[in-house]
Amino acid sequence: MNINGAQMVCEALIAEGVKTVFGYPGGAIMNVYDEIYKQDGFEHILNRHEQASVHAADGYARATGEVGVAMVTSGPGFTNAVTGLATAYMDSIPMVVISGQVPLSLIGTDGFQEIDAVGISRPCTKHNYLVRELSDLPRIMKEAFHIARTGRPGPVLVDIPKDITAEFGNFVYPKEVSIPSYKPTYKGNSRQIDKAIEAILKSKKPLLYIGGGVVLSDASDLVRKLADMGQLPAVETLMARGVMGAKNPLLQGMLGMHGNYSSNMAMSETDLVISLGARFDDRVTGKLSEFAKYADVIHIDIDPANIGKLVDVDYPIVGDVKRVLEKFITGLEGKINPERYADWREVLARYDNLHPQSYVDSDEVIKPQWAIERLGELVGEQAIITSDVGQHQMWAAQHYPFDRPRQWINSGGLGTMGFGFPAALGAKKAFPDKTVINITGDGSILMNVQELVTASEYKIPVINVILNNHFLGMVRQWQTFFYEERYSETDLTFQPNYKALAEACHGIGYDVTTKAEFDAAIKDAIAKDKVAFVNVQVARFENVLPMVPSAGALYNMMLPKKEEK
Amino acid sequence: MSDTNNVRRVISVLVENESSVLSRISGLFAGRGYNIETLTVAPVPDSNLSHITIATKGSLRVLEQITKQLHKLVPVYKVIEHNEMVEKEMVLIKFPIEQNLADIQVLCGAYNGGIVNVGESMIIGMVADEPCRVKHFIEATKRYNPIEIVRGGVVAIER
Repeated sequence: MNINGAQMVCEALIAEGVKTVFGYPGGAIMNVYDEIYKQDGFEHILNRHEQASVHAADGYARATGEVGVAMVTSGPGFTNAVTGLATAYMDSIPMVVISGQVPLSLIGTDGFQEIDAVGISRPCTKHNYLVRELSDLPRIMKEAFHIARTGRPGPVLVDIPKDITAEFGNFVYPKEVSIPSYKPTYKGNSRQIDKAIEAILKSKKPLLYIGGGVVLSDASDLVRKLADMGQLPAVETLMARGVMGAKNPLLQGMLGMHGNYSSNMAMSETDLVISLGARFDDRVTGKLSEFAKYADVIHIDIDPANIGKLVDVDYPIVGDVKRVLEKFITGLEGKINPERYADWREVLARYDNLHPQSYVDSDEVIKPQWAIERLGELVGEQAIITSDVGQHQMWAAQHYPFDRPRQWINSGGLGTMGFGFPAALGAKKAFPDKTVINITGDGSILMNVQELVTASEYKIPVINVILNNHFLGMVRQWQTFFYEERYSETDLTFQPNYKALAEACHGIGYDVTTKAEFDAAIKDAIAKDKVAFVNVQVARFENVLPMVPSAGALYNMMLPKKEEK
Repeated sequence: MSDTNNVRRVISVLVENESSVLSRISGLFAGRGYNIETLTVAPVPDSNLSHITIATKGSLRVLEQITKQLHKLVPVYKVIEHNEMVEKEMVLIKFPIEQNLADIQVLCGAYNGGIVNVGESMIIGMVADEPCRVKHFIEATKRYNPIEIVRGGVVAIER
């Protein structure tokens, strides 16, 4: 097939089964957009900012497990995409981003809209390519998708000079990928697995420490099975919410800086950490020397560089957590006795009784935690929840009853404000029949607010629940605790009219100040086929608790006041 | 002497010989705060690979991370942490012609080298030896008022 480079890009996307591309055209990528106009193999969504395109592709990938695709032009188009790449990179999200580049002859001349995309994106992509020969393009597209979705997933950038997209050549899309230097390990070392199984059988206080890798590997059912077999207590990281299911009695909750009491105490007292696709992030561990101090560590991770990076590991297992768990389950079948850990479960139950995840509700003002819990009651299992970054994100992670993996979509590693709304668009494109709700704050929502237009144009009716405390709440909370209440640049009293803003962009807005209005607004928003802003006035000075002050030990938590009875 | 927080290590990296590969490696070191003492690169004969030799220093945990992070780069074929190795470094030194040429020649000879070039106003000596011996050599030549010293970086091969 003799076609030009732009057509090759489209053909490759179709061959990869891509249904939706999120993007924004511009000079250097115009040839590709010309071919997009002519084809009908995939849909293109025009976001109103390149960052949103990449987050939308990311949200699509997180909701489906497939590779998300975004397309941008050179220069500012690409630099706007960088935050999206970095967000996906930190959370290991499979994504291919295609960027236009100035023609080969202009590279290095400071041409109009020229920037070194490969140089800038090197530390925030799994891999990247500058296409220098048209004949390399089919192979590079094939490799990009392969690298994005295999091993530890991640975003891959393909930067294509404009003259290459115009040039004609023979197109044969490769069936196989051959990258001799790239061979991820999937199968765990069986000797290490046997030793780890022995360690579980010998331990008295084992703890499943579940990370986002379990979601990426689609291994949640196996984790639930393993937990069930041994009645093993489990804690989830922010990225793993939904793996165990909120109703599972073995789930202690989320651990870390804003983890609940029994989760953090479980980690502090366990004698065997069974780490499943988690990476011992500083927001999880707190002070490293006090983290899981009495425990041996089994660390299962597909990325060998994660093992031993921060914590000494006794049983390192490099492999896909799904495959390793299959072996664990076979190895433990008939041997593991749930009774052995009964005392340990008892201890944790007592901890949870002592300090359950709680807040003091109010009749005068909506508490943000109440709003999340109520949302859970109203839409629960069937909704996909995305979030931005800050207090609302932590409250959502703490209080929403997540029942399944991929139900909870947030920027955990990079902590990108402005992620939630475009990610919700991506999730809703993938699952048009599900209610998709972005839990956001009055700070975050403005960072990609232009997506109101995208959502309206393409009829992607996602609901943004703005927990509005007229503050950059998380920074304000730190200022309260650690900066003697000097609220430097965190007061957001000056606000847009959120209802009018949504309506100006052909969406629908609700102002909510009471619990009754909250219910009514959510129900109405679900019934309407429009993008919605539900602007909820919440208690201004509410703090996210428990909290482990930065660099403190996990067991030293600031706890919420108990409700007076 | 065995300070485990600051161990020197020589690492050979076999990479695909493509334009951006060196920046991937140096960028990895810079971005993650690893230290590079010396770095040399040259193509491997009769292949499309390049051989990069990096001398670095760090704690054992950091050195382990360096190896693992290098492995993760897609164009990296092989990472060798040298243990039993032969290690050499080259240095070129330019001296004013007025200096004691016989002394300089003897000194260069003692360190596996010699005089490699002579001009109207200068001579150039070259030696190739273990990095610590190269250091001694440079110290020993100070009294001959060297005009310029260019060190080549370490290359190593496993025994």
